[in-house]
Amino acid sequence: MSAASLLDGPDLRFEAEPVTSHLARLGPSLLSGAALIDALDQGDLRGRGGAGFPVGKKWRSVAGRPGPRVVIANGAEGEPLSFKDRLLMQTRPHLVLDGATLAAHAVDADQIVLYIGREHSAAVDAMLHAVAERPPRERRRFQLSSAPVAYVSGEETAAVQFVNRGVALPTSVPPRPFEAGVRGRPTLVQNVESLAAAALIARRGGAWYRSSGTLLVTVTGAVARPGVIETRLGTSVAEVVDRAGGPPGAIQALLLGGYFGGWVAADDAWDLPLDPERLRTTGRSLGCGVVSPLPFDRCGVTETARIVGYLTGQSARQCGPCVFGLGAIAATLRRIAIGLSHPDDLARLDRWSAELPGRGACRHPDGAAGLVRSALRVFADDFAHHSDRRGCTATSPVAVGAV
Amino acid sequence: MFEPSARRWQGPSGRSRVGTSRPSLAVDRIRCDGRGYCAELLPEMVRLDDWGYPIVSSDPVPDHLLDHARRAVATCPLLAIRLAEGGRSR
Repeated sequence: MSAASLLDGPDLRFEAEPVTSHLARLGPSLLSGAALIDALDQGDLRGRGGAGFPVGKKWRSVAGRPGPRVVIANGAEGEPLSFKDRLLMQTRPHLVLDGATLAAHAVDADQIVLYIGREHSAAVDAMLHAVAERPPRERRRFQLSSAPVAYVSGEETAAVQFVNRGVALPTSVPPRPFEAGVRGRPTLVQNVESLAAAALIARRGGAWYRSSGTLLVTVTGAVARPGVIETRLGTSVAEVVDRAGGPPGAIQALLLGGYFGGWVAADDAWDLPLDPERLRTTGRSLGCGVVSPLPFDRCGVTETARIVGYLTGQSARQCGPCVFGLGAIAATLRRIAIGLSHPDDLARLDRWSAELPGRGACRHPDGAAGLVRSALRVFADDFAHHSDRRGCTATSPVAVGAV
Repeated sequence: MFEPSARRWQGPSGRSRVGTSRPSLAVDRIRCDGRGYCAELLPEMVRLDDWGYPIVSSDPVPDHLLDHARRAVATCPLLAIRLAEGGRSR
């Protein structure tokens, strides 16, 4: 059941694996260039930053544009509940660098930007140390870019804008980064876990990944041992929650995919497969791989109000629908949570959250709206209870993680 | 070296552009300041949310509305709305 690939190797407590150990353990890459892209397709590797876009297709889109080109290894990790990118960079930096180097070769890029959240200092240190261990010829291509950790700073146009002019805010599309990114060049922005997975596929092939591929999941919230778990694609939600020590008691719902994901009633959640494509077909999202059970004695309405309040504060405040629409949704949720709702509030929440998706330069409003709509479904009884001013049945107002 | 595949590329949304030669409306959400001219001039395809920001139909603009759509595009003081060939409306 536990299948380690990305986190295989020396004890994670010893921190970053040195390059000598990394090479001795995994050997050289066997696939590169077009053959590697074909293997990414064959393995159906999906991006691990949240959007789940096919990685091979993304590499092709950049390779198909006129050069010179740039690769950004995205380790911004702005999702408050996720820790997997940091763990990977801190413990297996050479796997990420291998993936970035292979990506640069495959799309014929001469520059690689390591884009790592500024406050993720242990990850920054490990990655810089690892770069110093690479041969000089490779080392010259790397550059570090560290934006302050914020929810939208990992969005790919925000990453590009930060590298270009020091502002980690999304920009309007088109052009998308693959068309015009860093200094106007076609730019591949790829999450660090996706790059590490590509580095393993370069050694073991696409067929191996399809049958034995793994992903990193951050299990947090109401579990005995919160942490990052590596598991086979398709593992059930129940199994990873179990491996994290299980919930201390009954739970009513869990948050799947982080703050941009959605609530799922516990009974519906346990058998769901942790596989981006299979989840997508059920209308759900694996997002960046967060699984976070909500304790039974906590209030889903209050928790949703807290998260949406946070997301509203994290808006880049560039687009009207995000500033006003999301702001109004957050205020309304807060009002309902504390039992001071207006009679029309639920209908407004329903309409506003339906009007929001697709109406920002980036997907920030889409993610927040999806979370709200899942809450209205999963916590329908609680919302009715709050709206009728019968108060909250939960005993504690704060639940999933801490911001 | 990836020429054949590059030609197959259908844009980052993965949605096919085949069959949508007619243009659709697209809004630059950062530029848009909710002036509302587009909804005045093309109510068939644009309405405003509670704060005056446009909600735009993603359908291709029908032929009989093309002139109105062009006028809405030309009138926006912020140049925030455009007609995009087979593009997505955001």
